[in-house]
Amino acid sequence: MTAEPVAPAESVAPKAAVPAADPSTRAFAVATLVMAAALAAAPWVGVYPVFLMKALCFALFACAFNLLIGYAGLLSFGHAMFFGTAGYLSAHAAKVWGFPPELAILTGAAASTLLGTVVGVLAIRRQGIYFAMITLAIAQMVFFFYLQTPFTGGEDGIQSVPRGRMFGVLDLTQVMVMYYVVLAIFLAGFVAIRRVIHSPFGQVLKAIRENEPRAISLGYDADRYKLIAFMLSAALSGVAGATKAIVFQLASLTDVQWQMSGEVVLMTLLGGMGTVFGPVVGAFTIISLEHFLAERGQWVTVITGAIFVVCVLAFRRGIVGELSAWWTKRRG
Amino acid sequence: MTELFGIPLQALLGQLLIGLINGAFYAMLSLGLAVIFGLLNIINFTHGAQYMMGAFGAWFLLDKLGVPYWWALVIAPIAIGAIGVVIERTMLSKLYKLDHLYGLLLTFGLALVIQGLFQNEFGSSGLPYRLPTEFAGAFDLGFMMLPRYRAWVVVASLVVCLSTWYVIERTKLGAYLRAATENPAVVQAFGINVPRMVTLTYGFGVGLAALAGVMAAPIYQVSPQMGANLIIVVFAVVVIGGMGSILGSILTGFGLGIIEGLTKVFYPEASNTVIFVIMVIVLLIRPAGLFGRER
Repeated sequence: MTAEPVAPAESVAPKAAVPAADPSTRAFAVATLVMAAALAAAPWVGVYPVFLMKALCFALFACAFNLLIGYAGLLSFGHAMFFGTAGYLSAHAAKVWGFPPELAILTGAAASTLLGTVVGVLAIRRQGIYFAMITLAIAQMVFFFYLQTPFTGGEDGIQSVPRGRMFGVLDLTQVMVMYYVVLAIFLAGFVAIRRVIHSPFGQVLKAIRENEPRAISLGYDADRYKLIAFMLSAALSGVAGATKAIVFQLASLTDVQWQMSGEVVLMTLLGGMGTVFGPVVGAFTIISLEHFLAERGQWVTVITGAIFVVCVLAFRRGIVGELSAWWTKRRG
Repeated sequence: MTELFGIPLQALLGQLLIGLINGAFYAMLSLGLAVIFGLLNIINFTHGAQYMMGAFGAWFLLDKLGVPYWWALVIAPIAIGAIGVVIERTMLSKLYKLDHLYGLLLTFGLALVIQGLFQNEFGSSGLPYRLPTEFAGAFDLGFMMLPRYRAWVVVASLVVCLSTWYVIERTKLGAYLRAATENPAVVQAFGINVPRMVTLTYGFGVGLAALAGVMAAPIYQVSPQMGANLIIVVFAVVVIGGMGSILGSILTGFGLGIIEGLTKVFYPEASNTVIFVIMVIVLLIRPAGLFGRER
């Protein structure tokens, strides 16, 4: 406990080490403000707010996932368990216990953080491919648990969850109020993730990703850092899942299935792993795609799979990664 | 009626048999995964889809072309294995220099494509595969009836698994394979065509999955999703066994099938999850898996 690693070097990390995909604080602030303004204006220029809310929930989910894969190098193939757990718990809290929405979302997030702690302890015992298989298998176990346990309503899910009034004043049954609450939650999560990435903690995570034995030899308890990253990622995935449950007034098995875990991987991969804005772009792209292909049945699965293949073979940096590489190259 | 632990012996043995059959499929599939992983360092997520394609291959051969089961056992694995060879040459071979996770992502995408295409074509409901007439009926073992086909599946999969073990552990070809798993560069320097060996290994692993699919066709419904959930269980089997040993994969596969079968008798609610629970326990006690080596 007292043997806390002394880490003087991290706060004075050389500027050159910051990769091109990672904008400076000022560029980030400008870009975030532009994004926030665009999102705040979007419903007024004819974009369907429910669609936007769905995309924002998934964007936060993908950002939380990206914290693990992009900055700690851990590929979790079971993140749907956090998204879905929070959804069920917040829906249950709002509907059965009569919690106000802010407490319901917190309940969901707390549940997924707890689950994340347990799963994290287990999964970080192995690395690489095994880590992915273990998270997938545990998520499948969690799925079967929700399938069989009575409170989740089985195939029906928990339906007609009340949205309620946030902090007693914001009437979430009004769609625009709900929209701005979701936007605020998303932005808070997004900025928090960027803050984590740029903290000394984030630097250590990157060091572990690049060279774990060396990080350990420098005195960092790699397992503890990985576990904390895993918990943070689970917590934020939980916030996303809980918010989605309140928005759609529904928590169902769809959100805990392995397909959902695959989907968040795809969003992050397509947008750009290890870029701050990539997961947001990826989430909006995939949700739009699903929106337009909704009538076409299983073609969604085929196209999703094909995007995976193309991304891995030819487009590994993702949309944002490729764009920023192109930008850097152009500027010399 | 005879009873054991308060359970009728008949029910117990019946579930044990089902467990043994499931175990046979776990063993064949995890064996293929282990062989592929050994040489390619890729976890083949498409394995479940290739198993499903094997079953559909058998169904197609019988239903559309009138080709009987015995020929399907040969034709389907070779055809699906050949598709595997194409996948390896055109896609997987581009990834060997990258992080191994990309192989997992690529094969996951392929699995989605294949499964989606089959669902478009055949819908989600299962297609029946007629049991070959040779296998009608059952052996009367005195204490229980053993359907002939189920007996065949257990015996045949044991033969397949043990021959694979023999080839890899006891023949010259297997020695090359094991050497290439340890150090491909040196093996290549000795004049062995390692890239071709890698391709054929992937084809073989895929063929093994397809063979399992053909054998599964008369037992389970032939449906596009039949491989998707199975592959996740097989991943857990692989984590439990560790991928270091061929015999280990076989033993773990059969063993977990039996444990799953017994769980159905004693505590049915947990039968879906028991393998995952065992995985968690193994991770706590022996993170490298029962037969695995820490790499």
